[in-house]
Amino acid sequence: MRTFEASPTASTAASATPASPLVALEHVCFRYGGEQVLHEVNLEVQIGDFLGIIGPNGAGKTTLLRIMLGLARSECGHVRLFGQDVRAFRDWHQIGYVPQKAVAFEARFPASVFEVVLSGRTGVAGLARRFSAADREAALGALETVGMAEYRDRLIGRLSSGQQQRVFIARALASQPALLVLDEPTVGVDVEAQEQFYGLLRRLNRERGTTLVLVSHDVGVIAAEVTRLACLNRTLVFHGSPEEAIRTGAIARMYRDDSLLVTHRH
Amino acid sequence: MPEILQYGFMQRALLAGLMIGTLAPLIGVFLVLRRLSLIADTLAHVALAGVAAGLLLRTYPVAGALAASVLAAVGIERLRVSGRLFGEAALAVFLSGGFAVAVVLISVANGFNVDLFAYLFGAITVVQPGDLWVILALGLVVLGALGIFYKELFAITFDEEGARVQGVPVDALNLMLTVLVAVTVVVAMRIVGILLTSALIVVPSITALRLARSFQEVLRIAVACSLVAVLVGMVASFYFNIAAGGAIVLTALALFGLASVVGRRGAPG
Repeated sequence: MRTFEASPTASTAASATPASPLVALEHVCFRYGGEQVLHEVNLEVQIGDFLGIIGPNGAGKTTLLRIMLGLARSECGHVRLFGQDVRAFRDWHQIGYVPQKAVAFEARFPASVFEVVLSGRTGVAGLARRFSAADREAALGALETVGMAEYRDRLIGRLSSGQQQRVFIARALASQPALLVLDEPTVGVDVEAQEQFYGLLRRLNRERGTTLVLVSHDVGVIAAEVTRLACLNRTLVFHGSPEEAIRTGAIARMYRDDSLLVTHRH
Repeated sequence: MPEILQYGFMQRALLAGLMIGTLAPLIGVFLVLRRLSLIADTLAHVALAGVAAGLLLRTYPVAGALAASVLAAVGIERLRVSGRLFGEAALAVFLSGGFAVAVVLISVANGFNVDLFAYLFGAITVVQPGDLWVILALGLVVLGALGIFYKELFAITFDEEGARVQGVPVDALNLMLTVLVAVTVVVAMRIVGILLTSALIVVPSITALRLARSFQEVLRIAVACSLVAVLVGMVASFYFNIAAGGAIVLTALALFGLASVVGRRGAPG
């Protein structure tokens, strides 16, 4: 099924360099506790995309992300990362992951900012090897990218939420990934820090060509920032440009349907 | 040479103590931060069953303890990963089970004897030359594994899911860590005693958490506190003829109290 083919340019450019999409989900489905959480999801992420995935609570956004990252298995269809089946995929350093801060983080964890960022090189440095000078340089470079280099020796728990979020991005960037995946990264981060945060994502996407996948419930901001938008409500109800999503009323429809669903239940 | 160093048994006990004092807190930092402190105590109780079996069968009790605690470590980790029991419930099953087996074996052997007492409460006079070699060899294995997989263990401890996304073999390393705890418990039990081993694993770690400003510093401070506790405890045991394990753990707790007072100014709680 090609209904949700990410971009027409991919097929027209195919004759020149048949670059496979960084992420390709085909007929993905997932059940949790007997409930169908995801159904027949087809989605591609092309190089250079800034894809926003939005949807109401319980729409399966985080599950979809976990499937993309190999943390959960789709029960049907195929998941391909950089053209490879997810089960055979080994180049995990190509993917940077920024988790929901509240989930990932124990505020009293006794680690310095630099130790946290360097841990983003664990996979790429190789099992049972010590971090090299190159690993340290890459970690420092990532800290500079997010503007946190001067905090390198601080305890992570001593920073503000916004600063911690930037450190988590630096950790994800430390392996110099082609694809950065972010799960609700602005939850609990104040407005000013959010603005800085989206500025940083814009720079990464436009200046460095990092492909971004951002899951959020923050519809307004996302629609303004991303180049592609996927509206998820257990299945993909829309996939295209954010302008199109607004013009066709896809976003409004998704949330209206959802609120109807909620009122039915009560 | 001071009197304390003139005895062969004391030289061996001190060497063993230095190894134990280094190992226990290194393992402890990872356990405490992953909220798995109870694993050490659980495996110690299982080790007691192994010791009792060893004494009953007149084989080397340390071998019995090692076999029992490593097997239990594998079992606990399997149960934890399968998610069929809450993490702590799995530990409770093994802790009470191990202790029950130990008590039954002891009653079959007609009660306590001096040997068993030494295993329970630790002693500085019991480290035979053969024991010392076992302690040093097993200790080096644990130290080596911690050193080789340090960066992976840090990544898993800080953010298990994040480590998984990086392709770190999380399940295998979790199993390894639990087995290392089992080995550490067995290494520590001769000096510190089975019942107090987990204290030496946990207390210096939480002391360091009060003071440190980075993870590496946590490890350094924890080892320093532990070595001070072990040495002070053993010297006190020698001169005042008190139980080594108790003296060691009381010293460690005193350091923890001190750190709590000092650490209140500045460091994270």
